[in-house]
Amino acid sequence: MIPAAFEYTKATTVAEALAALQAGGEDAKVLGGGQSLLPVLRLRLNAPSVLVDCSGIDEISGIREEGGKVVIGAGATHHAVMNNALVKSSVPLLAQATATVADPQIRHRGTCGGSMVHADPRADLPPVALALDAEFQIAGSGGQRTVKAAEFFQGPFETSVGPDEILVSVSFPKYDGWSTHYEKFNRTAQAWSIVGVAAAVRMDGGKIAEARIGLTNVGGTPMRASAIEQALVGASSLADIEAAAARASDGLAPFADDDADEEFRLHLARVLTKRAVAAASGLK
Amino acid sequence: MTATTETPSALGRPIKRKEDARLLHGQTNWTDNIQLPGTVHMAILRSPYAHAKITKLDVSPAKNHANVVNAFGAAELGDLNGSIPCVWPVTDDIVMPAFPALAPDTVRQVGDCVAVVLATNPQSAVDALEDIVVQYEPLPVVIDMEKAIAPGATPVHADAGTNVCYVYNLGGGYEEVKAKADVVVKRRFINQRLIPAFMEPRSVVAAPMGMSDEITVWSATQIPHVLRVLLALVTGIPENNLRVVAPDVGGGFGGKLQCYREEVLVVNLARKLGRPVKWTETRSEDMLATHHGRDQIQDIEIAATKDGKLLGLNVELIANMGAYLQIITPGIPLLGMFMYPAIYKMEAYNFKCTGVFTNTTPTDAYRGAGRPEATYAIERIIDELAAELGMDPLALREKNWIKHEEFPYTTVSGLTYDTGNYEAATAKALDLFGYDELRAEQKRRRDSNEPVQLGIGISTFTEMCGLAPSRTLGALKYVAGGWEHCTIRVLPTGKVELITGTSPHGQGHETAWSQIASSILGVPVEDIEVVHSDTGRAPYGMDTYGSRSLAVGGRAIKLAAERLIEKARVIAAHQLECSPADLEFVNGVFQVKGDASKQQPLGAVAFEAFTAHNLPDGVEPTLQGEATVDPDDFSYPHGTHLAAIEVDTETGKVRVRTYVAVDDVGIQVNPMIVEGQVHGGLAQGIAQALYEGAFYDEDGQPLNATLSTYLIPAAPDLPSFITGQTVTPSTTHPLGTKGVGEAGTIASTPAIINGVVDALRHLGVTEVAMPATPMTVWKTIQAAKGGK
Repeated sequence: MIPAAFEYTKATTVAEALAALQAGGEDAKVLGGGQSLLPVLRLRLNAPSVLVDCSGIDEISGIREEGGKVVIGAGATHHAVMNNALVKSSVPLLAQATATVADPQIRHRGTCGGSMVHADPRADLPPVALALDAEFQIAGSGGQRTVKAAEFFQGPFETSVGPDEILVSVSFPKYDGWSTHYEKFNRTAQAWSIVGVAAAVRMDGGKIAEARIGLTNVGGTPMRASAIEQALVGASSLADIEAAAARASDGLAPFADDDADEEFRLHLARVLTKRAVAAASGLK
Repeated sequence: MTATTETPSALGRPIKRKEDARLLHGQTNWTDNIQLPGTVHMAILRSPYAHAKITKLDVSPAKNHANVVNAFGAAELGDLNGSIPCVWPVTDDIVMPAFPALAPDTVRQVGDCVAVVLATNPQSAVDALEDIVVQYEPLPVVIDMEKAIAPGATPVHADAGTNVCYVYNLGGGYEEVKAKADVVVKRRFINQRLIPAFMEPRSVVAAPMGMSDEITVWSATQIPHVLRVLLALVTGIPENNLRVVAPDVGGGFGGKLQCYREEVLVVNLARKLGRPVKWTETRSEDMLATHHGRDQIQDIEIAATKDGKLLGLNVELIANMGAYLQIITPGIPLLGMFMYPAIYKMEAYNFKCTGVFTNTTPTDAYRGAGRPEATYAIERIIDELAAELGMDPLALREKNWIKHEEFPYTTVSGLTYDTGNYEAATAKALDLFGYDELRAEQKRRRDSNEPVQLGIGISTFTEMCGLAPSRTLGALKYVAGGWEHCTIRVLPTGKVELITGTSPHGQGHETAWSQIASSILGVPVEDIEVVHSDTGRAPYGMDTYGSRSLAVGGRAIKLAAERLIEKARVIAAHQLECSPADLEFVNGVFQVKGDASKQQPLGAVAFEAFTAHNLPDGVEPTLQGEATVDPDDFSYPHGTHLAAIEVDTETGKVRVRTYVAVDDVGIQVNPMIVEGQVHGGLAQGIAQALYEGAFYDEDGQPLNATLSTYLIPAAPDLPSFITGQTVTPSTTHPLGTKGVGEAGTIASTPAIINGVVDALRHLGVTEVAMPATPMTVWKTIQAAKGGK
């Protein structure tokens, strides 16, 4: 488990990081908390020639409110995110999903931004970003640009962040008063999601007035269940939810692995969507 | 000073482990921590193919890599490429293929060793592996055991001409009793392949010591003594020039009961290079190259009368050897052979085992070694028979188990159980569990067709441990004995050295052995130093595996301590000018019976023995006692385990809600250590039922040889265990103790699966494959529903 040799640069500003990436060329790679990159290096699945360590860039590590949005610096650790008062009150779904990521040791190193940019199809945070219409601020040599979640995740381990760019922050609209639940299904507490469903609902008079659903590990990217979101509006009972969730697998073409073949994964998408919405809404 | 007040004996007290302060504060000495000047580090090129001819191998480019000292393939190693030993040829006509450390021309498993690089740092050694030129020509692969022994299968070892390693038969008469049976139930159980996954990866350092011809070997092993013998035989290094040390060892579970290729390579290369050589495996290597466990197909048939009296049992096994035979690979199924009839009375028992070669990692001992397989099969088939008969599974067990007044009892497989009280253990377990309430809840959930169903899993297990009487091992063609040694010395200052041949790797021997010796010698536990795991300081022993350390080693400790007291008594009597028979020994002090003013503490006797100024004629100086003890018999712990299992029928997810383990391990030396052993054992047995399983694709590529895909449960995945005990002292062990290292693992796997099946039986489910993953359980439910 010894990585191949690499050059190492520690950046202290975004500008330094961008310069280092540009100097490093195509083989340079951003190191955040190392949650995913270090295993890849140690297993020699990849051997970048240069690592640009961005874990010490203060300007991208904080969590703040700005323009009515909750802005999570790309370098904020999972631990910081899930314990942040603003996140807990205004983006509770993110706090809940983050609390299921790996274990406490990893949550102290791994970062929200790193998890988004790594874009593992099994990851827990991308479906939250997708369901909540988060936006990604990306810095490059030509300045900053903003990308919507719906365009950010482009494929397995592939996002719209270019090789010479870095993610600066992820901003979430505020969802104060929404009820949320992250339903993670895995074999052991520290294992990857086999399927995960992120659900947020706004209740009005005992009925679902608005719903947002994101699924993980049912395709190469996180999936937004827009059809169900519509179908859930007006739901006032578990039976209503179940009827809507029965369509959660529509249009999905998941892959098969040791934990779940296609049939089981589609089944889980339906069952877990029902459970996630039921838990979020409290409807019986 | 008087010694009339009885101090409580250290035996039986849950005192905290002496080892733990050091272990918990990082004051440890793992093999990989050993840094010797001039060390070279070994890295291994391993086969990516399950079966292939090596058509080209050129290690010379690696030698040009920076910091590389040398590189070797089998050709370059020549005579130093030792053959890895198997010491258990179970039949006269067993096929025992050659097993060179580096594959000379053919690789037979993914992970087979092909070449090594030695460099002055580990990074350079690993980097230089990529410079080795190697070409393979893939050969047909055999993975499935039944296909491997079908006609026309490609032999794993071409010169053997077959993949059948051996066929072993025991018992007879089953067909006769089957003819008179009302009910016959037959099932196929798959005991899947498991990876030991100890916490500390394997590591070995060998160093020529310079001042003599000695080569010292440090290895993360369970068996320093056995390893010394085997390394001498394999390498040709005179045994008296080899010293083997197992420093702190972080778990083993049988996986470090081995003489590994890497150990032989490191020792031979240290000799060849004349400098220390070190190798520490990566976790990726561990998953491929540490031996695996289990992997049996079990065809089980049980015959009974319609009122539930057992008549006979037929067991047919196909056991996966893997690609090669390691230290006791062929014998593992035979360690379970005697235990299939378990606690039950029956008239006939047939056993047949076919050992099979496949292109997979070799199998060998893994916690329980043969006995978990046996216990799983019998406890599962008893539940299936109960369902067939419409009987409560506990009632069926009770009807057939050996009653406590029937001990000693000779079972149909020929073992004589000395003691047991299955009634008592079961009663206690039921009391802790709330059986009737849970059955009522189960009915309620079934009647209302709830998504989460409840099942009750039962395992009334026994096992044989304390490997083993040497004559028995000899009769089974095992090439070693099963004795154990202890030397106890009282030093001139009154401190005690207890030198044991057992080799702890997490079990707490330093504490437990001190407690035994303290209870006999009257010396405080903290004044006793347990010396172990170093053939230079503790020369005699048979090491630690098979729950043998207390069951066998405990006998030697007791006898050595008693012999020491007898020698001391003679010296004390001389000092006190009385006859030895006039002395009593109380709390570490000899005193003249009836005259408490005339006494001598053991420490004072030791000082007299040291100065030797005034010893009785014929008494040799120094105060020590030694014993090498061969046990008369195995020991037979037992217990009743009950599990309340929730199965989410919508997702297939299984949750262990309640787990009650009542174990009877006889007299307990340290109940806290006993409980710890039970807890760890339960986790591992539950892991087999629900989480762990190593699988290959048809090309022989491991499908889940990483810890992110080979899932090991952690604390959040397991319930808070409820443990209880009954104490039925062993009558064949002088301390009344049995063994506990494997009991939890052996008992729990069938308890869990019985509970899963019980939760789903009303849906038509009669078997759930292990590990019972959500997808497996869900698919099983769908199939059962479809079949209705």
